[in-house]
Amino acid sequence: MGIGRDEVMRIAELARLEFGEEDAAKYAKELDLILGYVAKLEEVGTEGKEALTHAQELVNVMRDDVPVEGLSQEQALMNAPARKGEFFLVPRIMDNSDED
Amino acid sequence: MELYEFGVGQLAEAFEKGIASPSEALSSVLERIAGLEGEVRAFLLTDEEGARKAAAKADGLWLAARKGGTKPSALTGMPFVLKDNICTKGTRTSCGSRMLENFVPPYDATVAVKLAGSVLLGKSNMDEFAMGSSTENSAFGPTKNPWDTRAVPGGSSGGSAACVSAGFAPFALGSDTGGSIRQPASLCGVVGLKPTYGRVSRYGLVAFGSSLDQIGPFARSVEDAAMVFEAIAGHDPKDSTSSPRPVPDVRKACSKGVKGMRIGLPKEYFANGLDPEVRDLVMKAVLRLKDEGAEIVEVSLPSSMYGLAAYYLAATAEASSNLARFDGIRYGLRDLGAKDVVSAMKRTRSQGFGDEVKRRIMLGTYVLSAGYYEAYYNKALKVRRVLKDEFDEAFAKCDAIAGPTTPEVAFRFGERTEHPLSMYMSDIYTITANLIGIPAISVPCGLSKGLPVGLQLAARAFDEETLFAAAAEVERGSGFAGRIGGGAR
Repeated sequence: MGIGRDEVMRIAELARLEFGEEDAAKYAKELDLILGYVAKLEEVGTEGKEALTHAQELVNVMRDDVPVEGLSQEQALMNAPARKGEFFLVPRIMDNSDED
Repeated sequence: MELYEFGVGQLAEAFEKGIASPSEALSSVLERIAGLEGEVRAFLLTDEEGARKAAAKADGLWLAARKGGTKPSALTGMPFVLKDNICTKGTRTSCGSRMLENFVPPYDATVAVKLAGSVLLGKSNMDEFAMGSSTENSAFGPTKNPWDTRAVPGGSSGGSAACVSAGFAPFALGSDTGGSIRQPASLCGVVGLKPTYGRVSRYGLVAFGSSLDQIGPFARSVEDAAMVFEAIAGHDPKDSTSSPRPVPDVRKACSKGVKGMRIGLPKEYFANGLDPEVRDLVMKAVLRLKDEGAEIVEVSLPSSMYGLAAYYLAATAEASSNLARFDGIRYGLRDLGAKDVVSAMKRTRSQGFGDEVKRRIMLGTYVLSAGYYEAYYNKALKVRRVLKDEFDEAFAKCDAIAGPTTPEVAFRFGERTEHPLSMYMSDIYTITANLIGIPAISVPCGLSKGLPVGLQLAARAFDEETLFAAAAEVERGSGFAGRIGGGAR
């Protein structure tokens, strides 16, 4: 299989992580080792077996739609790393860097 | 006997009869903590003031009961500890991570609500986001094993296990995604239960692998663990995966014995890689069950040793998606220097997460990514099905499955941190119970080289009664109940 530096960078982008060159090499090596180990799953015959996503096979658990009190706006905002009034403050999402 | 040595049942009796008050019990454990915590480092946070207030309130309730008022629930006024991934309203919940170093939940986990009458001493140390088997992945430094401070306490709920072992609290809660309650219980010489998936509400437990996570108790005796289990189990409308089935009287089951019970021994559990002394102690305990009237049958779980590989794909896939919520926007750490939202997320996550967490997010993201999903993730889930089928077959021949909890006793610090796979191997016997959702318990069965050895029992889904009946018998045979860790004195 072989995960290389480029593959690590690609996965990191998907996972919203960033690595320097040294770390990328380390992660490539470690992920390779782990994937080498899990490759032994190929030895288990699974033909005709359905994937088991969940141990308890529940289907569509519903409850009555009764309004209950939730968190207040203040509670929801209390852990915000940055806020402005009653909003979460985030960096720019659109790229329009020529404007203020 | 000092009050900090009292178990859950003994303290409840003392409170009821007025032999001791919750405030006196609290003073005793606080003194114990003051003496040893510097060495053990089981806590990430202690709340002495809050604990004193809660104890004073409980003093009043027990006093009123003795004057003819309503009797409070057995755990009222009982000191306890929560693993730091269980949300506590107004009290920091860090998950052992820099990411949540300043996170104060605006709500309580359901288990915290259920234990509101008990006395919360603090929050215990853990491997970051419950990923690890030694507490060495905690961003705030490791916890030591009370039996030998050169050894790890196990993990990820190592702080909770150490608290109970060291006499800091008669019980604690942890979470178990692949063995994170049973493995540290085994290494610290206490009882640790992973209930059936769906028995205990996960509401307010910071999610790691949502189809695998379960909250459960640590205690110094099987009956004490039973009392805590009964207090925290049951359906919760806030967790749609929690089961509406009635909670069994497992405390009563502790005195039932094992006459006629069929105990299965999977031959695969006693093969390569198992320490011979651990094997001998487990076999001795099994033979004592036979003397008490259990029937010992050999069963086979041919694919069980593939469980670990299936687990590391399923669990990391779930984790990579669960931990996507830590984006630095609504709570947790944020790198405030970034100019755009994507680099803010990347920088925040790269600074906030430790090595092992990043490794698992990377692995999970990889196995879920286009082109690898079928080969890895789906294959793992099919193996999960094979495992379930094999266990179903085994449970047609027996009522409980017995074996070692871990292949070896507690290992030394640093021994396994360089090689992630060697650390993962510590969970080889515990992982399958999470994959298929069955209940399992670790009970101390003796000492090897001065360190505790745990025996693991597993039963059919929702059959905690059988589990407790067998576990209590193991405990009567080993005479280990109530023991406090020896090294930290």
